[in-house]
Amino acid sequence: MHSFGYRANALLTFAVTILAVICALASLSDNLNVPSPTAQVQVLNINWFQKQPNGNDEVSLTLNISANLQSMFTWNTKQVFVFLAAEYETPQNFLNQISLWDGIIPSKEHAKFWIHTTNKYRFTDQGSNLLGKEFNLTLHWHVMPKTGKMFADKVVMTGYRLPEEYR
Amino acid sequence: MGWVGDAVESIKSLQIRQVLLQAVSLGMIVTSALIIWKGLMCVTGSESPVVVVLSGSMEPGFKRGDILFLHMSKAPIRAGEIVVFNVDGREIPIVHRVIKVHERKDTGEVDVLTKGDNNFGDDRLLYAQGQLWLQRHHIMGRAVGFLPYVGWVTIIMTEKPIIKYLLIGALGLLVVTSKD
Repeated sequence: MHSFGYRANALLTFAVTILAVICALASLSDNLNVPSPTAQVQVLNINWFQKQPNGNDEVSLTLNISANLQSMFTWNTKQVFVFLAAEYETPQNFLNQISLWDGIIPSKEHAKFWIHTTNKYRFTDQGSNLLGKEFNLTLHWHVMPKTGKMFADKVVMTGYRLPEEYR
Repeated sequence: MGWVGDAVESIKSLQIRQVLLQAVSLGMIVTSALIIWKGLMCVTGSESPVVVVLSGSMEPGFKRGDILFLHMSKAPIRAGEIVVFNVDGREIPIVHRVIKVHERKDTGEVDVLTKGDNNFGDDRLLYAQGQLWLQRHHIMGRAVGFLPYVGWVTIIMTEKPIIKYLLIGALGLLVVTSKD
């Protein structure tokens, strides 16, 4: 009953239980944080806008993104993944979401940023619906914890209307 | 070496009744593990509710050996979600992030493009030849929770089977020789 194996087993079980409880508490404590991020985005320029040989419209944009995501960081936050998506509806598609830019924010010190960039991923439509199309720019974020539940949310920002002609 | 002698003694002194009892308790352990796994499958709606990250393509978010908890609800797939998908012709499922979504109006079908956070380009090179998009049926679930390091146990066991056999042997011996 009081053998070495028995005691080692009891100790191991106890240690693992405590670790699991602490992990669960750390994850639960994330719910107490109510983030209040701010973000602005501007489309500075349309670099080019054309129809690909396969019939899909493609556009290249220059963007100016500034955001302050510091309020998202808690003691259980490993990183925040943030991305800017263009969202619009077309006659055949209920929703099109296209990520234009993304970034990984490793710590609170880097969570207040300003970036001037062209779109990182190709902004290509399924078909030819982009002429004069108005789309929403949405900043999404995905909080990745050190342990536990992941959180995601978004803020819809100003829209933008593409020109009526290719250029 | 006292405990070896004890073990041999206890094996020698086994009664048929005790053997049965131990077989039943071993069976209980195995079946309850199975019940928990199948129960998780029902609750999460995903055919494999827990996956181990095997590659570094999602670093620094997910490292090799981390565990992800999956959920598969009817909710539509949206950009930014981390999904686990199977590609035709590949055995091992991949955990990557959705960067593009096109959802059809009439049928509700989705076309999804994924990318690993740590990879330079999108996943079209990983998909089957000529495949441009993932559809709903490729996707096994979306990641909702995260636990670091625990998956190393399974990685070590699959890569060094000798450790697995040693562990199973030791546990089996423990069960057989335990007196309570």
